[in-house]
Amino acid sequence: MSTIRVTAGGDAALETRDVSVFYGSNEAIKTVSFEIPRNKVVALIGPSGCGKSTLLRVFNRMNDLVPTARVTGEVLFQGEDLYADHVDPVEVRRRIGMVFQKPNPFPKSIYDNVAFGPKINGTGGDIDAIVEQSLQQAALWDEVKDRLSASALELSGGQQQRLCIARALAVTPEILLMDEPASALDPIATAKIEELIHQLVADYTIVIVTHNMQQAARVSDYTAYLYLGELIEYDDTNTIFTAPTEKHTEDYVTGRFG
Amino acid sequence: MSPADSDKTFRHFDQELSEVRELLLTMASRAEEQVRAALAAVKHRDAQAAIHTIEADHKIDALEIEIEERAISLLARQQPMAIDLRMLVAILKISNDVERVGDHAVNIAQCAKRLAEAFPIASLDEFDTMAEDSTGMLRDAISAFVDQDPDKARAVLLRDDKVDRSNDAVFRVMLAQMAENTNAIVPGVQMMLVARNLERVADLATNLAEDVIYIVEARTIKHHVADHELEGEHDQ
Repeated sequence: MSTIRVTAGGDAALETRDVSVFYGSNEAIKTVSFEIPRNKVVALIGPSGCGKSTLLRVFNRMNDLVPTARVTGEVLFQGEDLYADHVDPVEVRRRIGMVFQKPNPFPKSIYDNVAFGPKINGTGGDIDAIVEQSLQQAALWDEVKDRLSASALELSGGQQQRLCIARALAVTPEILLMDEPASALDPIATAKIEELIHQLVADYTIVIVTHNMQQAARVSDYTAYLYLGELIEYDDTNTIFTAPTEKHTEDYVTGRFG
Repeated sequence: MSPADSDKTFRHFDQELSEVRELLLTMASRAEEQVRAALAAVKHRDAQAAIHTIEADHKIDALEIEIEERAISLLARQQPMAIDLRMLVAILKISNDVERVGDHAVNIAQCAKRLAEAFPIASLDEFDTMAEDSTGMLRDAISAFVDQDPDKARAVLLRDDKVDRSNDAVFRVMLAQMAENTNAIVPGVQMMLVARNLERVADLATNLAEDVIYIVEARTIKHHVADHELEGEHDQ
């Protein structure tokens, strides 16, 4: 039995309908149906192997890159199934950006890292302005504005992660997916990323996977708890961490299990 | 759908939490004993017993501080969630309320001291009933906490109105006696104060019962938020 108390009231940024993901014959996600409200932060939590990263990757077709992976069901983005035949996965990944656990800047200058996407996409417009705006949004501009031509690899881990966020923002996505974005960072860099999430949600919808429950509690509006590929409970974050409905969720968030 | 018991992780936290709960129970039992001892001093006009009760209050204060420090430390270090969080927050509130029960016991004992030297007045059925009801509410609220039993806690809530009515009755009877006999004025005022303190003890027992419901059911029912739940059973 799952408890789902979040509805987007017709304003879902993303919606899954009976989505299952198979790796070969192994069903990693089992008929998950839920909605992600626009301009909210949704955290996916659950023990290792529960399918939270797999579910995150469903949202921008990253599982397409895994040869044995197969996705069934529908993932609606602006009323359209992301897995429909005519949909271009590259375009999906532009509009639904992703930030990974380990900062992965290109071995290029800070400027080129951010400018890369807009140039490839032929976005047009003033690339310098896009770079500045993206770095501003990622709360990195003040720290790098005087050394835009320096190598991105000279930045600290926390700065590199914010650069990756700036790179994702430069192609004007509507949704940001974050897979453990702060797990490789120290507490100060983590706090900066979390503060950034609070600021970005005014303009973007954010889905974040995290192992750190306190982080989920701090940054998200809604929390989904997954276990063995099933969505057990999905509710506002306050409820999940103070008074979850499902015993299973309670056992996990209190550390009795997992 | 529940995880297998074999998956359950041993938690050092459980041990620490249970120690804090034990401290709270010790504190609550002491506060209840203090109220009973103060009432016995009133009944038996025993100034010595009253002084002894007043002097014993510092033990309750010390327990409150220890519970508070340990609960805050657990909040900071373990960052509890869900039922653990509710339990710790409730423990902090309950220890504060129980400390106030101890203060009311001291107030009653001070009245007992003055009553021992005052003109003796006849015992009052309304007062005895009130003493029995309010201490009974406190005992049962503590028991509801021990058993984590929301039904027992609800039963406590339903008894508060009766204590309020007894308080009014004691007030009326005392006023009548004081009007008839000026010797009754000094002890009458003291008895009114004792009744007023007992009425507050019953209110604090009600708070404790509400906290038990919050811990177990994650529902806030104080300030009559859920009055409708009690309607029909309420003895108006």
